[in-house]
Amino acid sequence: MNIVVLMKQVPDLVEELEVDAGGTLLDRAWLRFITSEYDDHALEQALLLKEQHGGTVRVLALDMGEADEMLFTALAKGADSAVKLSGDFATGIDSHSAAGIYRHALEGASFDLILTGVQAIDDLDGPAGAMLATHLGLPYIGVVSGIDVDTANGEAHVRKEYPGGLLAEFTVDLPAVIGIQAAMQPPRYVPISRIRQTMKTASIDETAAQGERIAGAISVERMYKPERAGSATMLEGSADSIAERLLDILTEHGIGR
Amino acid sequence: MHANILVIAEHLKGRLSGIVFEMLGKAHALATETGGGVEVLLMGHGVRALAEELGLASRVLLCDHPALAAYTPQACLDVAEQVIARRAPDLVLIASSSMGLDIAAPLSVRLGVPHVSSCRDLRITAGRAIVTSQMYGGKMLVESHLDLRGAIVSVLPGAFPEDAGRIAREAVIEALPVEGLDAPHMRFTRLIEQSGTDIDITQTPVLIAVGRGIQNRENIAMVEELAAIAQGAVCASRPVVDQGWLPMTRQIGRSGMIVKPKLYMALGISGAPEHVEGMKDAELIVAVNTDAQAPIFGIAHYGVVADIADVVPALTEALRNAHAPA
Amino acid sequence: MLATEEAVEQMWGVTLDRLYDSEEGRRILSCIQCGTCAGTCPHGEHMQYPPRRIITMLKAGLIEEVFASDSLVMCVNCYACQSKCPRNIRLTEILLPLVKEQTIVRLPQMPPELQKAVENSYRYGNSQGESARKRALWTKTATVPIRILADDPRPVDALWFVESDLAFHPRGQDVARATARVFDALGADFAILGNEERTAGDCGRLSWEPGLSEALIDYTMSILKKYEFRRIVVSDPHAFDAFKYRYPMFGFDETVESTVSYVHRDLEKIRPRLKKRLEYTVTYHDSCCLGRHNKLFEEPRELLLAIPGIRLVEMVHTRENGLCCGGGGGGMWLDTYYKARGIERLSDRRVREALDTGADVLAIACPYEISRFEDAVKVAGAEGRLRVRDIMELLVESFGDA
Repeated sequence: MNIVVLMKQVPDLVEELEVDAGGTLLDRAWLRFITSEYDDHALEQALLLKEQHGGTVRVLALDMGEADEMLFTALAKGADSAVKLSGDFATGIDSHSAAGIYRHALEGASFDLILTGVQAIDDLDGPAGAMLATHLGLPYIGVVSGIDVDTANGEAHVRKEYPGGLLAEFTVDLPAVIGIQAAMQPPRYVPISRIRQTMKTASIDETAAQGERIAGAISVERMYKPERAGSATMLEGSADSIAERLLDILTEHGIGR
Repeated sequence: MHANILVIAEHLKGRLSGIVFEMLGKAHALATETGGGVEVLLMGHGVRALAEELGLASRVLLCDHPALAAYTPQACLDVAEQVIARRAPDLVLIASSSMGLDIAAPLSVRLGVPHVSSCRDLRITAGRAIVTSQMYGGKMLVESHLDLRGAIVSVLPGAFPEDAGRIAREAVIEALPVEGLDAPHMRFTRLIEQSGTDIDITQTPVLIAVGRGIQNRENIAMVEELAAIAQGAVCASRPVVDQGWLPMTRQIGRSGMIVKPKLYMALGISGAPEHVEGMKDAELIVAVNTDAQAPIFGIAHYGVVADIADVVPALTEALRNAHAPA
Repeated sequence: MLATEEAVEQMWGVTLDRLYDSEEGRRILSCIQCGTCAGTCPHGEHMQYPPRRIITMLKAGLIEEVFASDSLVMCVNCYACQSKCPRNIRLTEILLPLVKEQTIVRLPQMPPELQKAVENSYRYGNSQGESARKRALWTKTATVPIRILADDPRPVDALWFVESDLAFHPRGQDVARATARVFDALGADFAILGNEERTAGDCGRLSWEPGLSEALIDYTMSILKKYEFRRIVVSDPHAFDAFKYRYPMFGFDETVESTVSYVHRDLEKIRPRLKKRLEYTVTYHDSCCLGRHNKLFEEPRELLLAIPGIRLVEMVHTRENGLCCGGGGGGMWLDTYYKARGIERLSDRRVREALDTGADVLAIACPYEISRFEDAVKVAGAEGRLRVRDIMELLVESFGDA
């Protein structure tokens, strides 16, 4: 099993997000980046499959945020190689363009499976993995939380999550692209000494990102924070009048219908 | 300019998803404003009865084929591409759901049109679609403008009222031929009902949470009743679980589950950081506590300083009356 | 025996595979298998391999079996076994963390809360996962001026190391503000690192994570180099331990004091301020690090007794025999793990002991206790009957002017 994992850096929501002076982008001054949670799960799933079937795990990432830290951590966890695609990503990149870059990096490459997070918190134009599948002419299925590979038949049995605790099982011919919702185990712990050691001993392959930037398809006119009360709106009165107010509030929010 | 809108329907276990009616209702309103029409694409096998429910649409495009009997991303993508290419709508709405997530972005690549995800508001002004998307885990709203040339918008469930799409009218149904589903690289095998010993509270949109302010075990029954009528589940802070009043699978917080429900009703929960960590991202937080200084009121949207033994029965009653046929 | 310098020297660089190269390592061979360690361990009955048996297995070359069990996950680093060992084997300081480190990496699944705490500490410098930019926010609501060295880097007498629980937890912030008032009343020349501070790294080390500990120590050492100060005063006993026993191994040689002893030394300066009578029955919980490990038993009690009106009562387990709150060694993030194995939380036991004394205040001097004991008070259904208060909070309450 040779698996490619696409990982990306997204803004860390622990830090307060602000809009820049232009009003359409995040203010980069205080922005900190973190590995997209779903991509961490994609990596974990890839490592689990490698442990089961042998083969290699190769991680690809665009050079954004703390990409080095992310890739070294992936290597420390057990990935075999890490590739950083460098380019001008100072103001971020849309998923359509990212998918185009991955296409260039992977066309003609040999692999059985591409795993990536099903989505990310900044995918305004959708998940890049799904688009990459279209570019490469491969089947795509997302929101997956379980994969078993049948190497003899060159297929994977995947479980896709539906609402209400329902799973749908599909058989997918390999190679394929799969969007991971959750790995079959939580992302593993790697001792921090091992990450620090990996930074000293391992290396990341760096190549220039190629592919057209697809600009202007969506024009973002405004970015703003949703209104959120700093403290609660207090409801007063008798129990019955409070209950009536609550009922209205729930109905407004489409709850309890 | 007339805006002709295509809504892509989804269904599971013989039922249309609520989001379909949300999108249909919204699309109908926008089309009416601009003098355009709404078509709904319904893919499946033997689902004419579902098409009948979509009477609000100008036309239901029914693609019936054995290969569509169960939702399969690849087959739906192929069919949707053909239909969109043929009907050339100005705007396409797809659910931002498990099914919609698979096909919306690939369709935009195949058809060479833009795609905007996570829509929670949509307007049409001066011939352009204005989409408000929820980004960065709900911390930012992004407003993007799209030309009405076939752009695809993924709509978050809960964005629009469902009732608006449920107007009973006789449906105009047009069956479309389905081609090219012969050699699928992807085959549906089965549905699996997760038969855990307990419900998964991370997947429950309405959570009624109890803390130590619940006083005694007997009061749980009262809260269970409220949860049942609100179609939600009961969960708790750690002290309640430690008492053994609820199982650990219902514990919210740092040492329990992290949840993001549509409604989180915190009853008798003070709001210690260990608890708040697990629920602060809920869309709507309502807190009831006897202590007006409880930190939970700092993160709740609505607060009530009262005894839960008074408020809970009153709210249960109000919800029950609201559900009762007039 | 517990002289710091000696301890530091002897603990440094001891590893499991070169255990017997060091004097302290060889001391393990002198174990007489008396079992006092197992008997005194608050989680001893839940360990397949308590310290005594670990030593047996080690000698027999079967230590892998100990790693494969989860015995050391139960260790809360309370120093009970070490303090009772008749052979003075440095169990808690040397052997147990080394075994724990190997145990944790072999667990089929790392307890998620613990993993999160470690990852947060590494990334954000605090286990809570809070933004480093919010660390000094609590000072905005302090009632006395608090100098932040980044803004005003003049030399200072006392560099106050606040630590994360005091900086971020709302109840911890109450303690931080109270501590600042006490320092102010002492007329102390003090300043904090503010947003430059990161967790000192002790719990990382003690809960088996040397990589994390080293990363944090490297960082803190680099920040401390920027400023001139005469002493570091530390509120969190775990951080106090880190500065006293771990930092010197990395070349640190500053004077370190705990907040309790720093205030105690100048008690006479604030005694006139302790005007308001507090008619409380107080029982004091000895934190493991301050008490058993550093023998600070009398100072906290003398601070409490300086407050007019306070009546001090003792719990069943006190001083050298104090019962751990269960938060050390990573236990802070293992409550779920323990509970799933039917192990009662030590903080619940401890609060019952406090209730048994009839006290209405449980006094503490370690920030871990606030969230742990306040939770345990709720579990015991004793809200309103027993309040958990840091010694600094009680001192300020007795100032009577706030």
